[in-house]
Amino acid sequence: MDAADPIPDDTGKLAENIAYFARALREAGLPVGPGSVLDALAAVETARIGTRADFYWTLHAVFVKKHEHSDVFEQAFRIFWRRRALIEKIISTMSPATPPSRDEKERKPDAAALRAAQALLKQDKPPEPQEERQEEFSARLTVSEREILQGKDFAQMTAEEIGRAQRAIATLRLPDDRTLIRRMIPAARGPRIDLRRSLRQSLRGGGAGIELARMEQATRPPPVVALCDISGSMADYTRLFLHFVHAMTDARRRVYTFLFGTRLTNVTRALKSRDPDEALALCSAQVQDWSGGTRIATCLHQFNREWSRRVLGQGAVVLFFTDGLERDGVTDLTTEMDRLHRSCRRLVWLNPLLRYDGFEARAQGIRAMLPHVDEFRPIHNLQSMETLVKALAAEGSMDADPRRWLRKAA
Amino acid sequence: MAHPLPTSIDETLKLLSAGSYVADRSLATVIFLALRMGRPILLEGEAGVGKTEIAKVLSSVLGRKLIRLQCYEGLDVSSAVYEWNYAGQMMAIRMAEAAGGVDRGRLEEDVFSERYLVKRPLLQALAPDVNGAPVLLIDELDRTDEAFEAFLLEVLSDNQVTIPELGVIKADHPPIVIVTSNRTREIHDALKRRCLYHWVGYPNAERELQILKAKAPKAPARLSREIVNFVQAIRAQDLFKAPGVAETLDWASALVELDAVALDPAIVSDTLGVLLKYQDDIQKMQGSRVKAILDEAKAAANAKA
Repeated sequence: MDAADPIPDDTGKLAENIAYFARALREAGLPVGPGSVLDALAAVETARIGTRADFYWTLHAVFVKKHEHSDVFEQAFRIFWRRRALIEKIISTMSPATPPSRDEKERKPDAAALRAAQALLKQDKPPEPQEERQEEFSARLTVSEREILQGKDFAQMTAEEIGRAQRAIATLRLPDDRTLIRRMIPAARGPRIDLRRSLRQSLRGGGAGIELARMEQATRPPPVVALCDISGSMADYTRLFLHFVHAMTDARRRVYTFLFGTRLTNVTRALKSRDPDEALALCSAQVQDWSGGTRIATCLHQFNREWSRRVLGQGAVVLFFTDGLERDGVTDLTTEMDRLHRSCRRLVWLNPLLRYDGFEARAQGIRAMLPHVDEFRPIHNLQSMETLVKALAAEGSMDADPRRWLRKAA
Repeated sequence: MAHPLPTSIDETLKLLSAGSYVADRSLATVIFLALRMGRPILLEGEAGVGKTEIAKVLSSVLGRKLIRLQCYEGLDVSSAVYEWNYAGQMMAIRMAEAAGGVDRGRLEEDVFSERYLVKRPLLQALAPDVNGAPVLLIDELDRTDEAFEAFLLEVLSDNQVTIPELGVIKADHPPIVIVTSNRTREIHDALKRRCLYHWVGYPNAERELQILKAKAPKAPARLSREIVNFVQAIRAQDLFKAPGVAETLDWASALVELDAVALDPAIVSDTLGVLLKYQDDIQKMQGSRVKAILDEAKAAANAKA
């Protein structure tokens, strides 16, 4: 550590260890900046830790900024500060009396353990001997997943493709696309008087006369939540749709994306990456159930339970991209669709599996889901971004009434 | 009367329990660190796990003033930070005019001075107080939009507010800031970075029983144990919204009002609305499910007794 470090020399080892630990956390995917390392040092100094648990929670308070990261942190902590002597040594430098540290119980290995372990394996200069840990890693890395999972490689985007997508997105107006918010902006003929601006303007002129400045309520596009089916039957469209969502994420502020086949994955962060190829590659790495089966009801249930309150809170429009071919029970599907419908501002279902004009809503899954969507947008021959944008555009709202499709099929 | 800040984690725990808040050690650690390091705390968790209560308890045990900023959509600078007294300002301008010889520079200085400044919660929290810096509770931050978070950054990191017409107002003693969020949206990383983070989870059975004893002392011991076991069991069910500690306390006082000494399926079914707030959840739990969970809870309560 350099001279600017606020920690005195006798805790130099501690500073070094915490820096290593921070690096391990960063490798494991926690956003830990250099500021946090200094904070952690200050916190450990301040807390004058007595036990292992205190040490744990002190570092936790500084390094963890999201509930989901707690598990990764726990695993990383357990592996990194494994040799109890290390912590005890630190504790003994911090406080005169050293209570015995607790034995921790063995836990079942889980996904976070794997990530933390992988991150620590990548450490080039670990601060402690490695043999002991190596053993554990080999055990963890053999944990097998029962599901059959596969990855996916996307073809690279051409420059023309990217340009067309951006142009198409720029013209896209979703139905119900402006929501009034409770924030005022200056407007020449607004309904309300902006006193603050009026006074400042008047003083600029010496306060002789007060000309009234006005303001009106601002609007902004509602957040968009895209739920995209990536099962085998949708494989042809996945790339196009992901590209679409990426372009939309780029253009708008609040877009959340979830992919589902047999499990639900939140790929919002991955799609935030500017380059579309990179974004798709990140998605591809994150999702494990490409082109497999579909469990719409199960995935929707998971979404409703874990995410709906977090992403649908501010009047979101949901784009539901699936063919609606579901093998699971239809009753569950009805309940979950109903719940989803009631938690969002507008539920738009895009169905690309209509290769012929005479489509009728006969499949069981489709019939179960139709009554619970606001708009049903079938897409014939989905080839390009333009078709997709056209199908989504606001003008088509009248044809999109799901009841029309139900009546036709009845 | 101001109480000195705790000097250790154990002391923090004691302090919180003096305010009849049963905290676990992890929460006490975070609070202790925040108090010592002068950093804001960001508390996230489901509704009804006692996030807001922490601020109230801290203010009462430390003898500090509690300033509460309840967030809502559209909250802006003029209702959160400061506002000018426009009527007063206009009056001042007219008076200056009537007196004649208006000096533009002086008039502007006069009109935009502290005299016409209306202080809102964030600015109030920076003002000196005889009892020590106040506790500033920024409640349910996730209800506002991202634009509002930006106003907070300056207060949270530097304990100051910049008013364009007036200059920088800085606190001599930083307030104790507690930010809570129900996670209906993600708080921006820039704000999180400035805070110490803690996830307030549901308590385990033992701690929930302590909470019940502290907060609902009228409930008989046996009933309390059954309530806690039942609530713990119901949280493990696949519910849309699991009941929080607040619901447990409400339920306990409801049962005490009904003179219940032990739980039975009928009384549980009748009062389930106190515990579960979604019709789907209530429907799912009615009938045989309630009885099964109840039997389990009773067996567990008896085993411990």
